[in-house]
Amino acid sequence: MVEETARTPGTPPALTRREAMLQLLRVGGIAAGAAGAAFWLSERSARPVAMRAEQARRDHRVSADPQLPKLSVVQGGEPRALVEKALEDLGGMRRFVARNDVVVIKPNIAWDRTPEQAANTNPELVAEVVKQCWAAGAKRVVVTDVSCNEPRRCFMRSGIQAAARAEGAEVILPNAEMFREVDLGGVVLKSWPVFTPFLEADKIINLPIAKHHELTGCTLGMKNWYGILGGQRNRLHQQIHQSLVDLASFMLPTLTIMDCYRILLRNGPTGGNLEDVALKKTVVAGTDPVALDAWVAKAYWNLDPEHLPYLGMAANRGLGTVAFETLEMKTSQIA
Amino acid sequence: MARSKLPRLRRNSQIVFLLLFLALLIFTSLRPSPGGAGDIHLRAPVRLFFEWDPLIALTNALASHALYRGLLWSLVILVPTLFLGRFFCGWICPMGTLQHVVGNMPSESKRGKQRIESNRYKRWQTVKYVVLIAGLVAALCGTMAIGWLDPFSLLVRSVGLSLLPAFNFAVRAVITPLEHSHIALVKITGESLHTVLQAVILDFRQTHFAQGALLGVLFLAILAASLRVTRFWCRSICPLGALLGAVSRWSILGLHKDAASCDKCNRCLLHCQGGDDPIGGVPWRKSECLMCMNCVDSCPHSSLTFQFFRNEREVTSPDIGRRKALTGLAAGVAVVPLMRANTGLGKGRHDLLLRPPGALDEEAFLSRCIRCGECMKVCPNNSLHPTLDQAGIEGLWTPTLVPRIGYCEPSCVLCSEVCPTGAIWQITPKEKGWVVGVGAQNGGNQSIRLGTAFYDRGRCLPWAEATECIVCEEWCPVSPKAIYVEEADVIDSAGKTKTLKQPRIDPSRCVGCGACEYACPLQDRPAVYVTSIGESRSPSSQILLGK
Repeated sequence: MVEETARTPGTPPALTRREAMLQLLRVGGIAAGAAGAAFWLSERSARPVAMRAEQARRDHRVSADPQLPKLSVVQGGEPRALVEKALEDLGGMRRFVARNDVVVIKPNIAWDRTPEQAANTNPELVAEVVKQCWAAGAKRVVVTDVSCNEPRRCFMRSGIQAAARAEGAEVILPNAEMFREVDLGGVVLKSWPVFTPFLEADKIINLPIAKHHELTGCTLGMKNWYGILGGQRNRLHQQIHQSLVDLASFMLPTLTIMDCYRILLRNGPTGGNLEDVALKKTVVAGTDPVALDAWVAKAYWNLDPEHLPYLGMAANRGLGTVAFETLEMKTSQIA
Repeated sequence: MARSKLPRLRRNSQIVFLLLFLALLIFTSLRPSPGGAGDIHLRAPVRLFFEWDPLIALTNALASHALYRGLLWSLVILVPTLFLGRFFCGWICPMGTLQHVVGNMPSESKRGKQRIESNRYKRWQTVKYVVLIAGLVAALCGTMAIGWLDPFSLLVRSVGLSLLPAFNFAVRAVITPLEHSHIALVKITGESLHTVLQAVILDFRQTHFAQGALLGVLFLAILAASLRVTRFWCRSICPLGALLGAVSRWSILGLHKDAASCDKCNRCLLHCQGGDDPIGGVPWRKSECLMCMNCVDSCPHSSLTFQFFRNEREVTSPDIGRRKALTGLAAGVAVVPLMRANTGLGKGRHDLLLRPPGALDEEAFLSRCIRCGECMKVCPNNSLHPTLDQAGIEGLWTPTLVPRIGYCEPSCVLCSEVCPTGAIWQITPKEKGWVVGVGAQNGGNQSIRLGTAFYDRGRCLPWAEATECIVCEEWCPVSPKAIYVEEADVIDSAGKTKTLKQPRIDPSRCVGCGACEYACPLQDRPAVYVTSIGESRSPSSQILLGK
């Protein structure tokens, strides 16, 4: 910047007036800029507030048809045939899935267990539901769950990833970056991270498996909604019944198809030992999640609704009927 | 003579092996694959570089009087080295290649004459032979301390546990905001970038490792040393280089210096990697040469060529001398008693030192574990971490399970599949025995146990806070479960009586997997935690009579 000018030795070099003015302008500009930025930033200062969670109850139910049963129990066949018959009894998949729907199927893929160990939903059953969704004209069929054990292992070893992909479903593994904070609007469950695919569905099909559980006696359809949550969900046990009802009144599925092909009678929900597994060759499907849980609890664990307080609580919230005997129900036996 | 094509060939070879190394390291992880319900195995030969490593093979043989699994493959490197010299260092070793790259970067301290001076043979290059002797003797005495310095251990530990996780973090930090963008185009770009990178290089999940930052900084410091002195690590410390240098004394390939045409311009030193005196007038140092062939390329008079069966004056062995050899010997002899005079292995074992499933008893484990971190890299739950002091000084950077971060997945045996030395002996899920019930259905075999879980009843919700919980029981993977509950009436702060289920441990069923500790809602200090007592590998660390 400083121009070399001829100068006598000993005299310090001096800037020209023009150069000095420019230098002052530069420094002044920087000072003004810094001060301006500081004042602006200072204005912006506010106590950080958490982002407001979106509020949205997910009601994916289709309108009821008095001609058709609310509950279908099919016994005696292989998983695919069982589902096929149950859907037929309920009026066919077209009743639930419309053309161009995005369908999200929620099996239980929580544990690093094989199908024989009956800790996750039967893969053949999942595959058949995927197939039926395509046949009904779905635009996208997604199969996903937020596993407890390591998800890569759960999705592989449950056989669900391979079976669902073979039928052309999009299998999505849980991913820490794909959760959105949602206000569940429950009594104990307020703001929770929910796995995004469950928020972006037109129709949701719940595909739980019936298993033993120490805390409540058994874990059935409503408990499967634990798997849409992220966050510190190990706290839900503290008020398990209220949590179940809060979840069930946030997420109202189009359809519930409960896997009772193999059920886990002891040491659930993880199991592992084949001696704990009973082959029931049954599928229970329907549009009333409360009645479904009540039927299975009574049928396989001989638990009356008073032993499962969440059933009554859910009925009070208008989510279904505890007294499944009063419902239109169809029981079929296939070869 | 035309310019030699050999340096270019060498460079290609270095690139190929560096990429191969990185690919295998990245594939040392459980990747989402279209697999079915069967057992899960890694398909890529991720141990390859360790099994090529004659230093690992030799020390493994010295310590265990046998050669584990694939270590026979080290002959693939050892035998050609006997004939051809240290070609491995110059042509294959990825650690060497990385230093080569850094060493080629422009640097103030390596210009012109300085560069030539820095590439002259230096006495300190013999330090690596002292390290080698000490390492071999220590292995013979029962510790694999050499794993701290073996180039592949160093690379896998540093890159796998530090640089790759850091890279993952950085990439995600860029991609995630894109994916969450409201602008469709940006969102799609972010998502497709994620899909592509996930398939090639990104880990399925972000991993974190104890001492990760330290391991990375140490490694970068080693690389940075190459800015001052070309291949500082290879020339002065690398014990594998020392071993290959020592065995290349009989090699039949060597540098021919044509004294007649040499005008001692010293240009051959400009790009010399080994510091092996390719210059005229002095004998070539066989044990230091990395066969990089740069000198052949640099020589303006074509005075230098590599030839078979030449008859020339050369320095065949490392000029280490009796005194230095004895120093190495003494250091190796002293290292084991010194470290074992410390607490750790002998006395005062750390309660939280949980070894991976299949790990040998501690003494045998330390005589095999090379602290490479392959087991930690592959663990799908990010459960295994390098120790700092939990295994004593001797056990620095050996693996320990940290259930708070990740528990041991019941039917997973990947750590035992990748361990190159058998410190974690290869086991099958059946031998692990956690899924089919403890003992009972496992053909009478005892399951592997890593430790035993205990309750802190002062923190456990049903025990101390009149609150329902038993998540630990839900997660317990053995069947019948090692956690059982007892109903108890407790009084809450309002004076009301509540009936709760209080959990307890049956130590005869507990396998120490840590799932309970991982799942405990008390995230900071869990109310149920695993300590090493009862680990099946250690007969002296049992609780129950009859185990």
